[in-house]
Amino acid sequence: MSLGAYVPRLRLARATIRQGMGWLSPPNARVPAGERAVCDWDEDSLTLAVEAARGCLRGAPVPGAVALASTTLPFADRSNATLLATALDLPAATETLDVTGTLRAATSALAQACRRADGVATLVIGADAREARAGSPEEMEFGAAAVALLVAPGGAAPAGALAQVRATAHIAADFVDHYRMEGESFDYAFEERWVRDAGIAKLLPEVMGRALARAGITAAEVHHCALPVGTAAAQPLVRAQGLDKARLTDTQRGVCGESGVAQPFVLLAAALEAAAPGDNILLVGFGQGVDVMVLSVPRTHPATGHRPLAAALARRREETSYTRYLSHRGLLDVDFGKRAERDNRSAASVMWRKSRQVTGFVGGRCGLCQSVQFPKSRVCVNPGCRQSDTQADFRLADVAGRVKSFTEDWQAYAPRPPSVYGNVEFDGGGNLLMDIADAQAGEVKVDMPVRFVFRIKDLDRLRAFRRYFWKATGV
Amino acid sequence: MAQGIRDRVAIIGMGCTHFSERWEAGAEDLMVEAVGEALTDAGIARDEIGAAWLGVFFDEQSTGKSALPLSVALRLPNIPVTRVENLCATGTEALRGAVYAVAAGACDIALAVGVEKLKDTGYSGLPERTKGTFEDLYLPASTAPGAFAQLASAYGARHGHSMDKLREAMAHISVKSHENGARNPKAHLRNRITAEQVLAAPMIAYPLGVLDCCGVSDGAACAIVTTPRKARALGKRDFVTVKALQLAPSNGVEMGHQSWDGSYTLTTRLAAARAYAEAGIRDPRAGIHLMEVHDCFSITELVLMEDLGFSDPGRAPHDVLAGRYDRDGAIPCQTDGGLKCCGHPIGATGLRMAYEIYLQLLGRAGERQLKSPTLGLTHNLGGIPNRNVASVGIFGLAA
Repeated sequence: MSLGAYVPRLRLARATIRQGMGWLSPPNARVPAGERAVCDWDEDSLTLAVEAARGCLRGAPVPGAVALASTTLPFADRSNATLLATALDLPAATETLDVTGTLRAATSALAQACRRADGVATLVIGADAREARAGSPEEMEFGAAAVALLVAPGGAAPAGALAQVRATAHIAADFVDHYRMEGESFDYAFEERWVRDAGIAKLLPEVMGRALARAGITAAEVHHCALPVGTAAAQPLVRAQGLDKARLTDTQRGVCGESGVAQPFVLLAAALEAAAPGDNILLVGFGQGVDVMVLSVPRTHPATGHRPLAAALARRREETSYTRYLSHRGLLDVDFGKRAERDNRSAASVMWRKSRQVTGFVGGRCGLCQSVQFPKSRVCVNPGCRQSDTQADFRLADVAGRVKSFTEDWQAYAPRPPSVYGNVEFDGGGNLLMDIADAQAGEVKVDMPVRFVFRIKDLDRLRAFRRYFWKATGV
Repeated sequence: MAQGIRDRVAIIGMGCTHFSERWEAGAEDLMVEAVGEALTDAGIARDEIGAAWLGVFFDEQSTGKSALPLSVALRLPNIPVTRVENLCATGTEALRGAVYAVAAGACDIALAVGVEKLKDTGYSGLPERTKGTFEDLYLPASTAPGAFAQLASAYGARHGHSMDKLREAMAHISVKSHENGARNPKAHLRNRITAEQVLAAPMIAYPLGVLDCCGVSDGAACAIVTTPRKARALGKRDFVTVKALQLAPSNGVEMGHQSWDGSYTLTTRLAAARAYAEAGIRDPRAGIHLMEVHDCFSITELVLMEDLGFSDPGRAPHDVLAGRYDRDGAIPCQTDGGLKCCGHPIGATGLRMAYEIYLQLLGRAGERQLKSPTLGLTHNLGGIPNRNVASVGIFGLAA
């Protein structure tokens, strides 16, 4: 079992939101603390998930199944998990499944993956990037994140495992603390006090007790409570269980915000990064019922110092403009000029023919001269070779790169100007004119080392479609 | 080696419209205007033309596809008309078609017309265009300034020039072209500018400010070509002949192979070497008296000085600042103001360049006339530095 985490780099301070929308509140309202993670214009829950999954699978065995859990998957009818598996260039025989419809989608998918009888390892990803109305409480609270877990079912934890799932327990209850109808952008939430007293306080204790009993431990033996509910609801709950509130894993509200389906996994990642060998972790998913899982960190677990969540949280850039954030989220009708009218109609036949190249970032390598090239082509690009049908597939996504030349283009249509792109050279051969993501004016230099990330390439507003490709980003 | 076309084809008439925002004129008006001037210049009748080539790039907004726009606009007598398109080398490509037809003996007199109506897009700059169903899936939605701007970062890194130094030389290029454009009544932009203005202009694509970029204009230009024998038969004594017309398209190396470092235009070097060979020029610095190069952006002109062999590697900024390519320098460049001041109606540009060389060689360039030049060069670079079509034309007075 391994873990990967990704938090979008942009962070919006709650004070910045207040600056933009403070006129809705009384003048003496307290300025809210902390910041929340927000997607750049070219990120969504799918791209967050791909990045978390890449971290999780680095050096790990290839999973046989993928479960992608989220309530904000870009496609309602097109397998997002399959798109993700293609981006990861997983074998075509991989089982893929989108899991959605509730904030406990990730914990439910994890429980199922643990119970697989056929021994197939599952990549379970929780990812969410929920939208919120300007001025809403959700706008302050929501964050965005993705956490991926590689889950091997069956008896004893394999060597090097981060944790072993010892017990699970579930309850289904159509308790509606919030909902979002199909086709709607925003949640509708009910009173927090009612949710706390009639929902969380009533539903959780019984199922938590069941899980602990199955695991054969008492509440006192829980070292970390990964409870994806607000502190105001979590504290009385753990107190009622006889636990010190210090055992509550921090909700990451100050640095990330509530990341929906990903939230239980974010807390699990935080708990694992704080845990000592032998520690027990209580993991909860809450949403029209409850999933509870008891996990233990193996006593033999070596302290690797690998802290993917902390690293993801540390890669940050402040989003200083509230209106730019609104624009990225489609909440502000900005005039991007006539170049933005460009039609981005996609040819499905080409997307399918070139699926592995474009989505998986797979180029070619000439079997005769070893020249790497993108796109893979019938005739080798090397001027000293130019032989036909010599190229084998060669994936470039994980190759290191370097900027050869670049520009910051203020004329091109870009949701976040300037559009930065340049000639990028791949270590070991090949180069390509590519978009450079996450870059602001003045940041890119010739010879700058880059890595590659899966991002939204184009939005086709006319046909409500989006295209993805890989971009270079500073390492 | 093949014989080539050196001195096998004469240009007996040329025409060029005022390059400008021609709100009152459509592409057909521009073609009629340019061809009218050329027929008068050549002293022939329209129906003496045996075949024609039409160059237009943005057919979707300019003229529509095929031979028809030219054939219909001029009411040509159903002679063969071929429409060609080769990015920014389109005008030169039309000329190449006409020249080759005459050289092949397929017709006595051929017409090459290039036209572009850019100012019906509704906005400044060049229109967006699709790169095709596959490339749209992965290539950046780049603009022309953004694509060419990258020459600057790569050139600076390759030769150790700071961006400040490079921008100073780039600014001189624009100032020089405006100085020339002010003397050309057919230029779009006829104002003189200062280096300070260039450096302070709003950024379009780093490090290119708006005054590092060429204008966007409507225009048409054309040439009537025949054999030298026929030219003499028509009573022409001093006339211009084609010394070389060469074309080099990329084959993907710059975009996909690491042998190209982004600091130069590979195809220009290849086309120039072939053109010099075809024209029998050993040393272009000694042989070429003036040139019209593809200055879509100031940085393009700068690196072209090396690619065409006029400056040593890494020395172009120095030579530019020393005034070597100014009107009164050793090899004047863009005596008519270039793309910078004439603007760049894509299909017309190559022929507009040839028109300026033609006028200069015949001593008909008015206020901007150079002292008795006998050999001039035109150059186009269509596409982007990563992948393009380069053309080089050399024209001289008939021996």
